[in-house]
Amino acid sequence: MDTTSVFLILSCLLLLGSSRLRVAIRVVAAQGVLVGLLPLVRSEGNLHLHIWILAVVIIATKGFALPWLMSVALRRTRAHREIEPFIGFGASVLCGVGLFALSLWITASLQLTGAEASGLLLTTAFFLVLTGLFLMVSRRKAITQSLAYLVMENGVYVVGIGMSLESPFLVELGILLDVSVGLFIMGNLLFHLDREFDHLDADKLTELSDASSSPDLISEASE
Amino acid sequence: MVLFLVGCGFAVLGGVIALLVNGSKPARWIATIGVWIGCGLASIPVISALGDQAPHPVQWAWSMPGGSLSFALDGLSAFFCLPILLVSPLAALYGVGYLAGHARSLKAVLFFYNVLVASMLMLVATRNGLLFLVVWEIMAISSFFLVIFDDEHAHVRRAGWTYLVATHIGTAALLAMFALLGAGADSLDFTALAAMGRSLTMATVLFALAVIGFGSKAGFFALHVWLPQAHPAAPSHVSALMSGVMIKTGIYGLLRVLTLLGAPSAGWGWTLVIVGLSSGILGVAFALAQHDIKRLLAYHSVENIGIITLGLGAGVLGLSWGQPVLIMLGFGGGILHVLNHAVFKSLLFFGAGAVAHSTGLRDIDHLGGLLKRMRWTGLTFLVASAAICGLPPFNGFVSEFLIYVAAFSGLHAATPGTVVLAIGILTGLALIGGLAAACFAKAFGMVFLGEPRSDHAGGAHEVGPTMRWPMMALAVACLAIGLLAPLAVRGVLPAVAVVAGGDPGALLEAAGGAIRGLTGVVYISVTLLLVTGGLLLFRRLLPRGKQQTETGTWDCGYARPTPRMQYTASSFAQPLVDLFRTLLGTRKRGMAVRGFFPARATFETDTPDAAQERLFAPLFQSIDRLVAPIRRMQHGRVHEYLLYIAATLVLLLLFWKAGTR
Repeated sequence: MDTTSVFLILSCLLLLGSSRLRVAIRVVAAQGVLVGLLPLVRSEGNLHLHIWILAVVIIATKGFALPWLMSVALRRTRAHREIEPFIGFGASVLCGVGLFALSLWITASLQLTGAEASGLLLTTAFFLVLTGLFLMVSRRKAITQSLAYLVMENGVYVVGIGMSLESPFLVELGILLDVSVGLFIMGNLLFHLDREFDHLDADKLTELSDASSSPDLISEASE
Repeated sequence: MVLFLVGCGFAVLGGVIALLVNGSKPARWIATIGVWIGCGLASIPVISALGDQAPHPVQWAWSMPGGSLSFALDGLSAFFCLPILLVSPLAALYGVGYLAGHARSLKAVLFFYNVLVASMLMLVATRNGLLFLVVWEIMAISSFFLVIFDDEHAHVRRAGWTYLVATHIGTAALLAMFALLGAGADSLDFTALAAMGRSLTMATVLFALAVIGFGSKAGFFALHVWLPQAHPAAPSHVSALMSGVMIKTGIYGLLRVLTLLGAPSAGWGWTLVIVGLSSGILGVAFALAQHDIKRLLAYHSVENIGIITLGLGAGVLGLSWGQPVLIMLGFGGGILHVLNHAVFKSLLFFGAGAVAHSTGLRDIDHLGGLLKRMRWTGLTFLVASAAICGLPPFNGFVSEFLIYVAAFSGLHAATPGTVVLAIGILTGLALIGGLAAACFAKAFGMVFLGEPRSDHAGGAHEVGPTMRWPMMALAVACLAIGLLAPLAVRGVLPAVAVVAGGDPGALLEAAGGAIRGLTGVVYISVTLLLVTGGLLLFRRLLPRGKQQTETGTWDCGYARPTPRMQYTASSFAQPLVDLFRTLLGTRKRGMAVRGFFPARATFETDTPDAAQERLFAPLFQSIDRLVAPIRRMQHGRVHEYLLYIAATLVLLLLFWKAGTR
């Protein structure tokens, strides 16, 4: 189980350091497979049918279906590289190490009720969530942000696995629904961004903001 | 009671089917039939509730904390159902004709109209604070969508925006009020809230919140800013329903809350009297200065809400002084005026809508001579004008008469308080009545008499039967309530009994003098009507067999008169507007005519709303300045929004971590 955790952590660092979107998608796919394997590893030979089903479904969606959708989106939008992130790739990896330290520090005093999972798993989960958030904030391309969303969601799932192996079924169903809706929105956003603006830079969405026009609205209404 | 709710359901169902149906005409009819069936079903329990057989209250559990789905109809609820049940079906029928020419999709307006009708009916029957707020919000939102029907015009969008802000300021006050009302109670059911004891300070705070919250819906002066914008913007049948009926839910709410607060203090009554007087006088003064007929009518709603509130104030003072005549006639006059105003104000909006539908104009200064071209519209508008001015034999007289008699009873009681009240009410009501008469002389005279002031007005034609019949029905209702005045006073008894908590028998006794007075007036009115009818018949028979010629309206002997030589609405109202100029702040632009052969001259006046210009615009601008730095956070950059979330999460984690040490 710790091996899986270590792989997950490494995949996050890789993600933080990679500029190519295709590589990033593959890393997220690998992460999905690793996360999908977690219930099998965690059950330690105590393999019920529902754990198998859970693992297969998760690997199929997170490891294959969603990354495949992302690569389709990638092919359609002609964007291949993350250019000019807000925080450079080297600096991002350094920040990643900092985030890992933060996760370690925070999880050190967290206690899981009634769970025998190792502390490292929880740290990994926190690290996944924080990495996802960090990627969302620091990258320009909307595709990277969708990927970051998936990473964050992986983190949430790992917490679920860490907490209990028996009941995450329901939780996971809810989360999967959440993910598919989120991806649906993201996909729409990507598609429309590309079509309307000829680019996928989410930071240029300010063009749509009405913040600059709202004072006029107020003075208009008070006339 | 279940029948009542089924009726509401039918109204909504009609709206939903209208959404699904293709084609404008079937959709309009289906929605209207939904309202008719719904109101028909709902009227059965309402009538039995007015006739002393209240339907069995219903109550279902609701998962919301403190909430329950409880409904009941007592005298007060049932009486407030009357205007809804009377006006909604007629306005829906009127809408069938009024909306006929519209090119755009009518689905939204049909659906939200039906939802509005159902929500108003549910609102007055609700017996739980939380449910009340929910239904209140449904009512506000559905009417908002009706206001912005013509949303391609900027002024309509602005009116919708103003309405949305105004109604939510009211809702905010109501939210605070119900939260305070329910503090310490297990449930927000009205029965539970009424049973709780409160200190007078607490009750006064609650009362103030109720006045602000319900006053913004009813249109108390200074909280009325949405009315003169929203009513001209909405389609006419919607204006009729909103102005005639929906704003009365504010009055209902105020009365209902009064029943929950326990014994009122005299200060509350004085507050209502002052609010009523200021709304009444300022409302009619602003109405005088208007050119847009629907805007003028909107200000008259403020005026009439003022009259209603004046009556309620007298009633509350009567409660705190223990004077049954003041209680009965104050509350009775106010509550009866709710019904009366609903009837004649809807009729006036129907008339204004018919004029706008036929000529495309709402500006009084471009109309004229419509009585010849739109006989029925003109006649019914005249009836409603007489009714709103409080003239017998129409209904407006009855309720104002009750308030007058209440004031005179105050003179009779001759304590300092009652005398001040009496003088306030008598002078105030007389001033309001006089100004209203001047205003409607202007409105009716300029629109329907004289010669057309524009080609559009000249080409006017009578509207179709679906619009004509509702107007005629309401005109008949104006006359009927006026002639059945003693019965109308008895009809309002159950409602007063709920508010005053008194014995209906004693209340009826208190109203005895007023009923006798009204009976006398009815006899005189009937005689007057018979004489007028006889004279009309005589007038018709007299020229038989003689040659008749038709010519233009009297032209003062000018050789070449033009319609532009007629009085305009502004010139007619000018002396009175000048009298109130410090209050109104009318702006005049133009130049004086000089010399014997003056060149081209222009003149225009414009009366902006005082409360909006002097109170709300500066207020909202200073709020705007205050929060401007915060707006810098709201810049549309997705990354920084995400950063806010991430930073908050990390900070919370650090905070928690620091706490675990």
